[in-house]
Amino acid sequence: MATLPLDHDKVADCRHLARGIAANVQQYIDGHTTVAVERTVLRLLGVDGTGEHGAPLANLLVETLHKAGVLGKGAAWWMGRCFRLGMDSPTTMALELPRLLAAGDRGVPPLSAEDEQALQDDVAALARDAVEELGRRREHRKALRRSLGIGPDPQKYIIVATGNIHEDAVQARAAAQAGAQIIAVIRSTAQSLLDYVPQGATTEGFGGTYATQENFRIMREALDDESRKLGRYIQLTNYSSGLCMPEIAYMAAHERLDMLLNDSMYGILFRDINMRRTFIDQYFSRRIVAHAGIIINTGEDNYLTTADAVDKGHTVLTSQFINEALAHLAGMKDSQLGLGHAHEIDPWLEDSWLLELAMAQLVRQVFPAHPIKFMPPTKHMTGDIFWSHVYDAMFNLATVATRQSIQLAGVMTEAMHTPLMMDRYAAIKSVNYIFNAARHLGEEIEFKRGGIIDQRARLVLDRAHAELQHVSRAGLMDAIGEGVFADTRRKLDGGKGHDGVVQRDAGYFNPFLSLLTPAAEPY
Amino acid sequence: MQRRIRPYGDKTDDGVIQMSFTLPVPAGPRAREAARLLLEREMGMKDVKIASMEGIATDYTYFVAYASTQASLDYDAVDVPIVKTPNYGFTGVNQRIESELKRHIIVVGGNNGFDSHTVGIDAIINMKGFSGDYGLERYPWFRAFNLGAQLKDDEFLDRAVEVNADAVLVSKVVTQRDIHKEDALGLIQRAKDRGLRDRFIFVIGGPRLTHKEGLEWGFDAGFGPGTKPSDVASYLADEVIRRARGRQR
Ligand code: B12
Repeated sequence: MATLPLDHDKVADCRHLARGIAANVQQYIDGHTTVAVERTVLRLLGVDGTGEHGAPLANLLVETLHKAGVLGKGAAWWMGRCFRLGMDSPTTMALELPRLLAAGDRGVPPLSAEDEQALQDDVAALARDAVEELGRRREHRKALRRSLGIGPDPQKYIIVATGNIHEDAVQARAAAQAGAQIIAVIRSTAQSLLDYVPQGATTEGFGGTYATQENFRIMREALDDESRKLGRYIQLTNYSSGLCMPEIAYMAAHERLDMLLNDSMYGILFRDINMRRTFIDQYFSRRIVAHAGIIINTGEDNYLTTADAVDKGHTVLTSQFINEALAHLAGMKDSQLGLGHAHEIDPWLEDSWLLELAMAQLVRQVFPAHPIKFMPPTKHMTGDIFWSHVYDAMFNLATVATRQSIQLAGVMTEAMHTPLMMDRYAAIKSVNYIFNAARHLGEEIEFKRGGIIDQRARLVLDRAHAELQHVSRAGLMDAIGEGVFADTRRKLDGGKGHDGVVQRDAGYFNPFLSLLTPAAEPY
Repeated sequence: MQRRIRPYGDKTDDGVIQMSFTLPVPAGPRAREAARLLLEREMGMKDVKIASMEGIATDYTYFVAYASTQASLDYDAVDVPIVKTPNYGFTGVNQRIESELKRHIIVVGGNNGFDSHTVGIDAIINMKGFSGDYGLERYPWFRAFNLGAQLKDDEFLDRAVEVNADAVLVSKVVTQRDIHKEDALGLIQRAKDRGLRDRFIFVIGGPRLTHKEGLEWGFDAGFGPGTKPSDVASYLADEVIRRARGRQR
């Protein structure tokens, strides 16, 4: 088996540093909540549907509590309080709460210790049911997945993005028939900046299809059907990112999605979402994901579109260690961590492909138990689709040679549009050919000691280690402020969604924090 | 003199074109004939060769085809607006501004709407530049402010007013459903509403853009893929100098 000599002590120290960095951030997270987390709590507790002007009820309720400055007690507590005031439907709560809150103690009288306990018990019982339901859905997926099988690694992952969920289902089936093992539905442009999740099936989107619970259901149903026809289980993924990160995680868990794009920093760096907001949101989303047995895909690959892949390749590894540590704190297992990296070095550089191999092999060895995800060239792709197809072929070869777990298939039209049916087909055909033709290449070759690949891998690990030492001194939030990742700087209180961050009260109540235990066997 | 041209495949004027497309039918002899007829009878192509036919999903078939077209075009009659400024290079631009304008050129740049792509505008403005060509920040005679992406129109224009900019550089990358056009027209309209359209030079750029489109949408110039910062710097130097001279007169 081709392996690079790895400095295990250095890797261990990287993990140690990352744990410290993550623990610091976690301290902040544990004292706070956000409007998105509380909306998720309500959704878990069964608040569904829309109210006035088509706004989701979860939004209306949380907005009311936030405006009144009482969200720090937790939406679950308020739900229990509403029960005790005789309201049992979320619609009534949305209508009545503003008036009661405005009336102060007369509207919402203080509770005795006994009543307080009873309130928490009532809500905890509901919460227990909700978590058990997620567990049942996880087991259902596990059974389907195990009975049909998912096929060998590297898993072929491909995107659909027509904007219309019904059209997406047609294209997803076509892709599965051609050999795809994982279908990703790309989200509509700007959905990550919506502070609510749209409702129902959608047929119009820009550069993608809206992530809604109903769209998730429609697509999973189509893929369940296709899986049975093909005799192999087709996995589905979507995006748990942006201002509704935890809500989408919940919807995905409920609709039995298999994977989620879920990164602790992507929203901060690439959508300018406030960092505090993102850190709190990612934690709760990962608590759900840990329980639901979903595999996450992190977004380090994107760093190499804004920063140079040769100079800043090490920041990918640095961030992977941090993403890993933060995910562990949320109870996730290594087998759920699809850490991302990418084939983005300037292809016209001499030996560029050797440098790509070095990085891919290094990530493989540093994260041996993780379903790591290798992303195709994007930035240097051009409108010359014939050349671009060749470039993708080299990427396919790197993927199979370094035994990546998941590979997003590069499509020759990357520089133009989201893939058309035939573009996608051409991509999968090339992947099928190369994965098969070079299936055991990685077991046949050896890397020359002291050669270009070996030296590059050492350099990247050394630099990642130094970078982690730096981040550990500066603190993660300040490091982001300096532009350590993706050459992009963000301010602590800048960006979108900062006003949705709330300090937890001493009496903050969120039963899910203890109930969402990690799945013993995720999948 | 007319100079009529046709696509070149293997010999002058053979008109050969290479194509690929998908039809929503299952593969088979009928599908192959349908593909041929589509090109020959319906599109007027000659010498149609269906090089490959492959079912790519239930009810979808993918074709690769070669055919020749009889169509031709008068090349001399093709008229396309281009940015006329030559590229003076980093040193040339700076010298020109120093000797003829004798003050800094101030620009703000960014991407409005929901488009979050910054790499294009970064390539033009940031120090590092693009493919070995320095960005505007590096030019001693430019003062450039990169405002990033997801900008609100008013935020963008307010900054331009605040720094007393000469030019507003707009980058548009996402083009699905013509969202880039909508955003671009929106910004120009907002500038008009606020009486700012003529105060600044408006320049648009992006991977799917041309100078022609830029002009049609009410900008002063448009730049497409592969643009170098020095192309934009040269244009801006000439344009700001031209306007300054106009004002003196
Ligand atoms: C990097 C990248 C990203 C990064 C952006 C990081 C960042 N901070 O910018 C990330 C990962 C965040 C991203 C996200 C998305 N992306 Co994107 N992305 C790309 C990618 C791979 C490269 C673009 C790039 O950086 N090119 C390099 C720069 C230097 O080139 P450029 O922009 O053309 O700029 C040059 C010229 O055009 C010109 N220029 C550009 N702007 C200006 C301005 C002025 C004033 C001037 C003078 C010149 C000029 O000069 C530059 C230098 O020559 C392209 C694919 C590709 N290869 O093109 C897809 C691509 C642009 N993305 C695409 C999409 C759909 C998205 C998403 C909407 C996906 C989604 N559904 O979530 C999101 C965006 C969400 C949003 N709200 O906008 C599509 C757009 C399809 C279309 N035609 O509409 C593309 C084509 C990929 C694809 N095939 O689907 N993306």
